[in-house]
Amino acid sequence: MTLSSQTKNLLKVHQDVDPDIKPNAGWRDLPIGGVIPQGGTASQFATGDWRTIRPVWSKEKCINCHRCWLYCPDMAWISEDGKIQGVDLTYCKGCGICANVCPTKVHAIEMHPEDDFKDDEAVKEG
Amino acid sequence: MAVAVEIQKTAALTGNEAAAQAMRQINPDVVAAYPITPQTEIVQLFSTFVSDGLVKTEFVAVESEHSAMSATVGAAAAGARSMTATSSQGLALMWEMLYVAAGMRVPIVMPMVNRALSSPINIHCDHSDSMGARDSGWLQIYSENSQEMYDNLIQAVRIAEHPNVLLPIMVTMDGFIISHGMENVELLPDQAVKDFIGEYHFPYPLLDVEQAKTLGPLTLQDFYFEHKREQAEAMYRSKEVILAVAEEYAAISGRKYGFFETYKMEDAEYAVIVLGSTAGTAKYVVDQLRQAGEKSGLVKIRVFRPFPGQELSEALSGLKAVGIMDRADTFSTQGGPLYLEIKAALYHAANQPQCINYIYGLGGRDIDPPLIRQAFMEVKDLASGSAAEAGPTVRYLGVRE
Ligand code: SF4
Ligand code: SF4
Repeated sequence: MTLSSQTKNLLKVHQDVDPDIKPNAGWRDLPIGGVIPQGGTASQFATGDWRTIRPVWSKEKCINCHRCWLYCPDMAWISEDGKIQGVDLTYCKGCGICANVCPTKVHAIEMHPEDDFKDDEAVKEG
Repeated sequence: MAVAVEIQKTAALTGNEAAAQAMRQINPDVVAAYPITPQTEIVQLFSTFVSDGLVKTEFVAVESEHSAMSATVGAAAAGARSMTATSSQGLALMWEMLYVAAGMRVPIVMPMVNRALSSPINIHCDHSDSMGARDSGWLQIYSENSQEMYDNLIQAVRIAEHPNVLLPIMVTMDGFIISHGMENVELLPDQAVKDFIGEYHFPYPLLDVEQAKTLGPLTLQDFYFEHKREQAEAMYRSKEVILAVAEEYAAISGRKYGFFETYKMEDAEYAVIVLGSTAGTAKYVVDQLRQAGEKSGLVKIRVFRPFPGQELSEALSGLKAVGIMDRADTFSTQGGPLYLEIKAALYHAANQPQCINYIYGLGGRDIDPPLIRQAFMEVKDLASGSAAEAGPTVRYLGVRE
């Protein structure tokens, strides 16, 4: 079967993916199926702005078991050399899973309403 | 004990066995499935092929059909040729993932054994399951018998995976009537099937770590519409592919398929249109009517998605009347799904036949030659204008009043 120009275009997109998808691209110029021809694109999506409650972490109490790091759906916990460094609030959406999986006896994470941090932000921005 | 049948050309097989043999020859990389009557036998047989080492497939026994389709989508996106199989409630439970499969453009091939949907609970054949999924973005091919089930499944791999298409496809057969009925099936040699289907190349395999990709991302007002537009175009493009694959398949099998089959239609004045196993009985009725000098014919639809509207409209133009038989209702008060599609396709036809709809065989209710004959006679009356009174355009055939 001969390939239509449409298909040739599709094949070109399949084989030679252009990572820069233009915002005004027409439907013929996009990779099919909503595929983005790059990995790690979740880092461009700041899920932190959904947050209404925030994990507050106690470095002193933390035993570095990494359960929070493992269970966090947004990979917001930062770990370096086997030690938890804190949470990246750009991505933490405030689901509270980390506080739930942190061992009960350790209790190194507590969830607090975002309202409690209003003044902090004001100080930072001011 | 499962046995490879490659040395045997003709085998006595049930529809389920024929489907399982096709799957053995396709030898997919991954099959994720859950049992459901009347499909169970397909994956049960296939799992014995796996345990006997006749296929190299990774078989995933999942806990539900939602998981079966989810795992199949994931495997296909990873770059594995992936299959599953289901029926009825199982298909209903896959619903969410059917749309995901089509939208992600993963070319999954799925045998689907038609069975009525609950409630009331029923395990026998009608088409309400696959007809409910008719707008999910899957291609749909209906089979009249075990041979067609086998042939259609093998062709389905090529159709779904063609770079012009890249859409999932379900190949259906009638529950019990075909799935559990034994008949002679001509099987191709394993190597011929292997050569015919070739290798699977998903353009964006997730396991290609050299070129990382994001699959199934969020698209909002900015890109969603464009992706759906291309998905729609893939359905249009699939028509050419279906015919080209059929042509190639005819070359290796001697069995030729189209969008639909016409039976004694050359000089027919009126016709009945059916899907699935009822076509076999209806051909027998046409033969009887022809012997009695009647100008009756039959059209059996094979490809329902994409719907061959233009082609059908041309084939039916010039007839005086057609009776469209639906083994499912839409409960829209407008008739069955096939009836609605055909009426829509005929809207622009120059010579429109009159159309009546027969909803029949729900929940496996037997459809026998006298009932089909009754439908033909009513269509004939309509064609000759001698119907005593118009009567309803949507009729329930074989229901107790
Ligand atoms: S609240 Fe949820 S998103 Fe935020 S760090 Fe904890 S687990 Fe991650
Ligand atoms: S789960 Fe709790 S103790 Fe474990 S690493 Fe995270 S904060 Fe520390």
